[in-house]
Amino acid sequence: MCNNPLKPEPYKITNIIRDTEFEWTFAIDFSGEIKAGQFFQVSLPRVGEMPISVSNMRGGLEMTIRKTGKVSGYVFDLEAGDNIFLRGPYGTSFPIDDYKGKHLVIMAGGSGSAPVRPIIEHFYYNSDEITSMDIILGFRIPDLILFKDDIKKWSKKFNTVLTVDNPDDSWTGKVGLGTKYVGDIDFSDAENMAVVIVGPPVMIGFCVREFTSRNVKNEQITVSMERRMACGIGKCGRCKINDKYICQDGPIFRYDEAVNLID
Amino acid sequence: MHGKLTNVAFSKILAELQQKYLLYAPKRFNDQGRFSDTDLIRYGEISSVEEIVWQEKSAFSPKEIVFPITQTLFHFTCDEFRESKLKEKKKVLVFLRPCDINGLKRLDTIYLENGVEPDLYYKRLRERVKFVMIECSESFDNCFCVSMGANTTDNYSLAVRFASDNVLLEVKDKELENFFSAKLVNAEFKPEFVTENRQQVRVPDVDEMPAEMYDHEMWDEYSSRCIACGRCNTTCVTCSCFDTYDLFSDDNTNIGERRRVWSCCHVDGFTDIAGGHSFRHSNGARMRFKTFHKVYDFKRRFGKEQMCVGCGRCDDNCPEYISFANCINKVTDNLQNLIGSHPKADTASNSATTLLRKRSKEQNILSENGKN
Ligand SMILES: Cc1cc2nc3c(=O)[nH]c(=O)nc-3n(C[C@H](O)[C@H](O)[C@H](O)COP(=O)(O)OP(=O)(O)OC[C@H]3O[C@@H](n4cnc5c(N)ncnc54)[C@H](O)[C@@H]3O)c2cc1C
Ligand code: SF4
Ligand code: SF4
Ligand code: FES
Repeated sequence: MCNNPLKPEPYKITNIIRDTEFEWTFAIDFSGEIKAGQFFQVSLPRVGEMPISVSNMRGGLEMTIRKTGKVSGYVFDLEAGDNIFLRGPYGTSFPIDDYKGKHLVIMAGGSGSAPVRPIIEHFYYNSDEITSMDIILGFRIPDLILFKDDIKKWSKKFNTVLTVDNPDDSWTGKVGLGTKYVGDIDFSDAENMAVVIVGPPVMIGFCVREFTSRNVKNEQITVSMERRMACGIGKCGRCKINDKYICQDGPIFRYDEAVNLID
Repeated sequence: MHGKLTNVAFSKILAELQQKYLLYAPKRFNDQGRFSDTDLIRYGEISSVEEIVWQEKSAFSPKEIVFPITQTLFHFTCDEFRESKLKEKKKVLVFLRPCDINGLKRLDTIYLENGVEPDLYYKRLRERVKFVMIECSESFDNCFCVSMGANTTDNYSLAVRFASDNVLLEVKDKELENFFSAKLVNAEFKPEFVTENRQQVRVPDVDEMPAEMYDHEMWDEYSSRCIACGRCNTTCVTCSCFDTYDLFSDDNTNIGERRRVWSCCHVDGFTDIAGGHSFRHSNGARMRFKTFHKVYDFKRRFGKEQMCVGCGRCDDNCPEYISFANCINKVTDNLQNLIGSHPKADTASNSATTLLRKRSKEQNILSENGKN
């Protein structure tokens, strides 16, 4: 019988990092090739499947999962040493090579910081490949901040803005939406910028404006799109917008392409 | 090879064919029709000519043969995925019309060509199927296959012209020739195709669909009329979408299966994602999504033909009497009003609309739940 692309395979969970109460990072013993921006179908027998982005690839696969419903709920019952079933990786990736030699700006909101983490990590360890990098990460409340240790590490090398929408009494850092801090970036060489924006659809729209109004072109911006997915292999039709299938032609799009997709 | 057979002789051959093949054809199911005291014509297994309903159009398409309503993908036992096996080893002969042959080709495009790899479950059913083309002597209500270029085909193993007590046949398949060669009575037969439908559609012909068409007021009518029942999707030979579900037994939660089930873009839940979000809330937006998929997106993506084959079943079955054919014509009319005389001729204004389109799309991506 020929290859069955819908068949998930078991992989061992080697570690679980509890980033927040409802977002945990699962380290998984997976050795295949993965690219930043791609996703896996996490597949639990008797429960179902869900698409989850790669949140780290250095020293093994990591995925950061938010507990929001049925499948993600069951994932939180798993423990280190258990098997998790996966198929993938699927989809397009961030064009890392295109970012080389550029002034890179990474903007992510909430769990959108998971898929951009592999890009930041790549250039953290290969910082000579880019001229500079600004990182703006926004979270709703301090309790929802992901990758705290990484952020500390990144901020030693790069301008890293960590901001929360709603601070609590103990919060001493920046407050407000990430868009508020775009103006602080050096736009003197806008032509040589590459911008990555990942977050909820509303956020993407507002962020793009901040950049395009400062002479950054749509084609310099990369975004990630999220749609319902039932297969990840271009058959179920659920992720289709216009003539594009987000699982095949995305989830990573250049913004000049993404802007043409109308739901 | 071609020739003539009496119905009795043809039925005998069908009985012989049943040793090797499952025979599927449009069949009458008494009193199961849309209205009281009407019959339902849909696909089922047959074993004689008398069972084949060739005088009427079937309400459902033959797609279930290659794309069942529900299909088991995997069985689970503890922590193992076991691929479902094909129980039936026989090949399949399916009696179908030119539009449906072309329609199944559209399904092939999605299931075998879209994405990186072919879909195993579709492929293994599809490989077993041979087509027996039913010649259409005249067009039925709501058919618009000619406008869609789906009225003709040479993609069949056997072609049949039915009459009251005999059939004319063309046999193209070597293996099938063995069943027919000794019994065929000499007669000329080359199947003919319908060249005119009462219903005609003008398919939109643009390189870039202008953004104005996506939120055009023409869709509002469907927001109020369409009840999102999805019948147009379930009866369409080219609708290919599905969802997957996992089930387990109440007695032993370790045992269960993963199933694939038809899913309809008109029906609530099609776009639901976590956190209560969804896209295309209004039924008008769903009508627009389906329409552009059938007569614009598919062709744009695969470069071959339009997805819709003009079988007219969506119009036959819509409980709200929504005419998809009219909808396509309205798109073309509105497009022409928007772009000027003939859409294709006017490339300059085409690029102007591309700009407009980008602008209105930018607004679109800003609204969290998409348009409408
Ligand atoms: C390309 C991509 C990457 C993603 N990356 C991440 C990530 O890194 N971390 C993370 O926490 N979440 C991510 N998501 C969202 C994640 O897929 C959903 O949160 C998840 O499917 C919810 O499943 P559930 O069964 O717990 O929720 P329920 O609400 O119970 O959903 C039931 C089913 O609906 C489908 N579904 C629900 N939400 C989505 C969704 N947003 N996208 C696609 N299908 C959905 C799934 O098939 C799911 O099994 C990503 C989504 C996409 C499309
Ligand atoms: S069959 Fe008619 S009412 Fe039902 S979803 Fe289709 S267009 Fe709407
Ligand atoms: S859209 Fe309507 S006319 Fe076209 S193939 Fe589907 S059911 Fe037939
Ligand atoms: S997820 Fe099924 S087609 Fe994209």
